[in-house]
Amino acid sequence: MIKIKDLHKQFDQLKVLKGINLYVAKGKVIVVIGPSGSGKTTLLRCLNVLEEPTSGQIVIDDQVLDFSQQVPKRKIPSFRRLTGMVFQNYNLFPHMTALENVMEGPVTVKGEKKETVRKKAEILLGKVGLGDKINYYPFQLSGGQQQRVGIARALAMEPKVMLFDEPTSALDPELVGEVLKVMKDLANEGMTMVIVTHEMRFAREAADEVIFIDGGVIVERGKPEQIFSAPKEARTQQFLSLIQ
Amino acid sequence: MVKMYLNSLFTDPERVSRLIEIGRSSFQPLLEGAIIYTIPLTLISFVCGLALAILAALARISSNKLEQIIAGIYVSAIRGTPLLVQLFIIFYGLPTIGIIIDPFPSAIIGFSLNVGAYASEIIRAAILSIPKGQWEAGYSIGMSYRQTLKRIILPQASRVSIPPLSNTFISLVKDTSLASMILVTEMFRRAQEIAATNYEFLLLYMQAALIYWIICFLLSIVQGRIENRLDRYVSS
Repeated sequence: MIKIKDLHKQFDQLKVLKGINLYVAKGKVIVVIGPSGSGKTTLLRCLNVLEEPTSGQIVIDDQVLDFSQQVPKRKIPSFRRLTGMVFQNYNLFPHMTALENVMEGPVTVKGEKKETVRKKAEILLGKVGLGDKINYYPFQLSGGQQQRVGIARALAMEPKVMLFDEPTSALDPELVGEVLKVMKDLANEGMTMVIVTHEMRFAREAADEVIFIDGGVIVERGKPEQIFSAPKEARTQQFLSLIQ
Repeated sequence: MVKMYLNSLFTDPERVSRLIEIGRSSFQPLLEGAIIYTIPLTLISFVCGLALAILAALARISSNKLEQIIAGIYVSAIRGTPLLVQLFIIFYGLPTIGIIIDPFPSAIIGFSLNVGAYASEIIRAAILSIPKGQWEAGYSIGMSYRQTLKRIILPQASRVSIPPLSNTFISLVKDTSLASMILVTEMFRRAQEIAATNYEFLLLYMQAALIYWIICFLLSIVQGRIENRLDRYVSS
């Protein structure tokens, strides 16, 4: 589903990604962990070109973006539609209700009929447990509820891959569970997911593979039980001992 | 002088009835001037100016250097020169090179250019005040720059810019009095013309001032309503 080849990203003089290679099979859940500044969020943002990689290649589904040449601007929106992004700060549209937030993509981008989109959006909001809150504005919702609207909004575009950028980091502890539950349900339905998170218990339970990134490279990867119980690399051991 | 004027009001019943009569009979032409010229001039110029302002604001935040420079010069030139001078250039100056424009359209052009420059700074600041995450959220669901701008950014920016834009609008109402200098027979020019026949300058100009004040007062009520409407999605 996702193939990343020798991906580099440089901000001015700062090299953030130094040659990432990664293959994600369809339906797999990948959790990316690593210290702050390691490049894990940048990697995720490169996948939907919110950050344009300096070089390398990304293939999602059957669409290819090769960053060693100039990527034509018009190719980017259609490439982005392959992925759904969930942000740390939700980034809901504050001037729209939950329902309107979810409907916005299909109506504006895909040009679908409002009535059909409306039904679909109501079902999606029901799925994330907000069937009774569809007409609420973001400011009337808790952080956990807002993040679930964010997930529904991304799903409404029917992406092939869901990207989560620290989806629970901005939440009060008691609200983390409701968001993780929605993510687990999604994983069980066979959605391909790449998740940057600090929720190690979630990674252990839901991930097919855990990737540890440090200094812009993948240091270690493996099954969650292997990474968490018997990390091979010294840097992984050190990182895990600090957070557990 | 003040004493004489007030004295005459108390001691000279004929003077009083004359003032009342002039006040009464001039009210209608003044109001007409407001309705036929002042208000349309304000509305048309504001709408055109706003369109110009959005274009200039977008040009200034675009990545295209040439657009940035053109918009920058426009804003700088308009803000750096007096409105009255601009009106004179358009109405009295341009005929020199063969461009002759009637008073009313001249005024529309002048005021639109003026509003465009001032409002563009307001709109630019409002757009920049919307968090980057909103752009990213729009892009992440596959929206283009234009779609994100139109559906996500401008609706939020408009809420931020209503108070300062109202300010510009109210200033514009009063600035239209300058159109009297290029022969537009708007309200203030009518007051001047009437006063020239009966020498009751204080009365006529006070009357004109009162009508401007009433218009602006009504506008500030409308502003409050719009603000309330647009505030429905933010917690108080």
